Amino acid sequence: MPSDALLELVCPAGSLPALKAAVDNGADCVYIGFSDQTNARNFAGLNFDLSSARAGVKYAHGKGARVFLALNTYPQAADWESWRGAVDKTAALGVDAIILADFGLLRYAADEYPDLRRHLSVQGSATNYEALNFYYEHFGVCRAVLPRVLSMAQVEQTMAHARMEIELFGFGSLCVMVEGRCALSSYVTGESPNTHGVCSPAKMVRWQHTARGLESRLNGVLIDRFAGDEHAGYPALCKGRFIVNDESYYAIEEPTSLNTLAVLPEMLRLGVAAIKIEGRQRSPAYVAQVTRVWRAAIDACKRDPESYAAQPAWLREMDRIAEGQQHTLGAYHRPWK
Amino acid sequence: MKLAIGPVLYYWSREAVWHFYEEVATAPVDIVYLGEVVCSRRHELRLPDWLDLAEDLAASGKEVVLSTQALLESESDLKRLRAVADNGRFAVEANDVGALRLLAGQTAFVAGPHINVYNPPTLAWLAGLGAKRWVMPVEMSREALRYLLPHARGMEIEVFAHGRLPLAFSARCFTARHHNLSKDDCQFRCLDYPDGLPLRTREGERFLAINGIQTQSARVYNLVGSVAELRVFGVDVLRISPQARHSIRIAGLFRAAMDGSLDPAAAAAEMEDLMPDGACDGFWRNRPGMAPVGEEQWP
Repeated sequence: MPSDALLELVCPAGSLPALKAAVDNGADCVYIGFSDQTNARNFAGLNFDLSSARAGVKYAHGKGARVFLALNTYPQAADWESWRGAVDKTAALGVDAIILADFGLLRYAADEYPDLRRHLSVQGSATNYEALNFYYEHFGVCRAVLPRVLSMAQVEQTMAHARMEIELFGFGSLCVMVEGRCALSSYVTGESPNTHGVCSPAKMVRWQHTARGLESRLNGVLIDRFAGDEHAGYPALCKGRFIVNDESYYAIEEPTSLNTLAVLPEMLRLGVAAIKIEGRQRSPAYVAQVTRVWRAAIDACKRDPESYAAQPAWLREMDRIAEGQQHTLGAYHRPWK
Repeated sequence: MKLAIGPVLYYWSREAVWHFYEEVATAPVDIVYLGEVVCSRRHELRLPDWLDLAEDLAASGKEVVLSTQALLESESDLKRLRAVADNGRFAVEANDVGALRLLAGQTAFVAGPHINVYNPPTLAWLAGLGAKRWVMPVEMSREALRYLLPHARGMEIEVFAHGRLPLAFSARCFTARHHNLSKDDCQFRCLDYPDGLPLRTREGERFLAINGIQTQSARVYNLVGSVAELRVFGVDVLRISPQARHSIRIAGLFRAAMDGSLDPAAAAAEMEDLMPDGACDGFWRNRPGMAPVGEEQWP
């Protein structure tokens, strides 16, 4: 369903300084999370406690920006109370929306806080309109973030039949698997986005200089080995080099970032409500830079979509901070598949 | 406790599929899941073929469930989903939330392993939707299951007990990518890999198996040694995920271990040579999933 809101810029804030950087550089909305397992970006030293979240909401609202709070992990069996408590805390903060994935939490939020907007997290794995409408009918979800697996034609078809606003990823590290459906990390480390809010957790990473090069391991499994002149990336296990039929290569995905600046007019035409920028683990300086470029691009696109073109300077600036210094349109672009 | 044969996750030739289910018909299993779960381009059998097989298996006394595709992206995916949901005869396994929408209140259904259920309120809510059976997510541990069981509210509990673990789905086809083919012109290369395409680390460790858009574990998850414990928990159904060879023999060994006519440790030992790679059971023991069976020390 096309919405009244069009191409809102939704920016990541892993800390209060990052939130301010996003707001000051033109974010329409920022999304934050608590510094615990209720957060799918549960990185050491990042995210919000109650007092910094209050300060963040006050700052953003003072400058006309909205705040979404993500409780986007799946409550684990023995620990339901801490997730339920996080919904209560979120409601008390006065945020503009809560981002959820779990059926039980959606039910609880809809029953207890019916006036708090409920967005479906990308971790909810809704890749088709039957799934989206199920979340709408059962839990009153009014916006959903689509997993990064659909082509533009599939996005259009999905939006034509979905009864809610749609938010799409625009920029950031590319998850090549369907979000909410990947247990690769827990297979290797015992912790996954669904269970612990982490993928390839840093505490399981080891770097070792060997005669064959710099090796990166995840819980002992060799993820990659770098020659002296190679840029050594973080050993996310799906972005390592492996051997298939005696050929060694990035068998699943190269280190690369998603960047959809080139297709903004198409997203505007479809009635996409918002563009989400990934990166709550990133620095305030990164957030400021990405927000500035995307604000300029979205404004240019809305002003005159016919003559819009992604400016080379924007793309250069984004590539400098992209994973592996390269970008892709991902699944939006059919040949990527 | 009942024994189930899960859906064939690989792309096998039509003849291989037919032959496999001829054997299943006389194997000591109670429930058979049929249908294409992984890839919409796999057409060796179409729905009428699956329904023919379903009738044959039902005539052999098996409970038949039709499984739906786990990743639904296009209108044609949804069209196939609707045809399965509306089959009018057999129960359906929902492997996506979209399938839940079509099945709840309409058709007897099983909530498959790809629906995210990790906590008591979610499980109770799912039971309220009318699911007759719930298949636990593969990464769930016995401790978590213990917390969840009291909230199943009459649903049967099924556990993925043997097979390469389905770990992830992607928009991208990694088999086509390996052959430098586009997904839309994959030339059906999955037919060449009836147990998936092995992916090794650069040290030669067999790590994962590529199965089109699905990524599996290389190691075979095997809970046969935990059969007694699964029974004590009150688990109703154990699932064997088919592999290219030996699945019927593995089913026989499971049945013997479940019936008490064979010591579970002996059954596990007999299975060692029947799997494409070594065995693991880490998820069940709340460890990294790849932890080998019986390995107590893990970093």
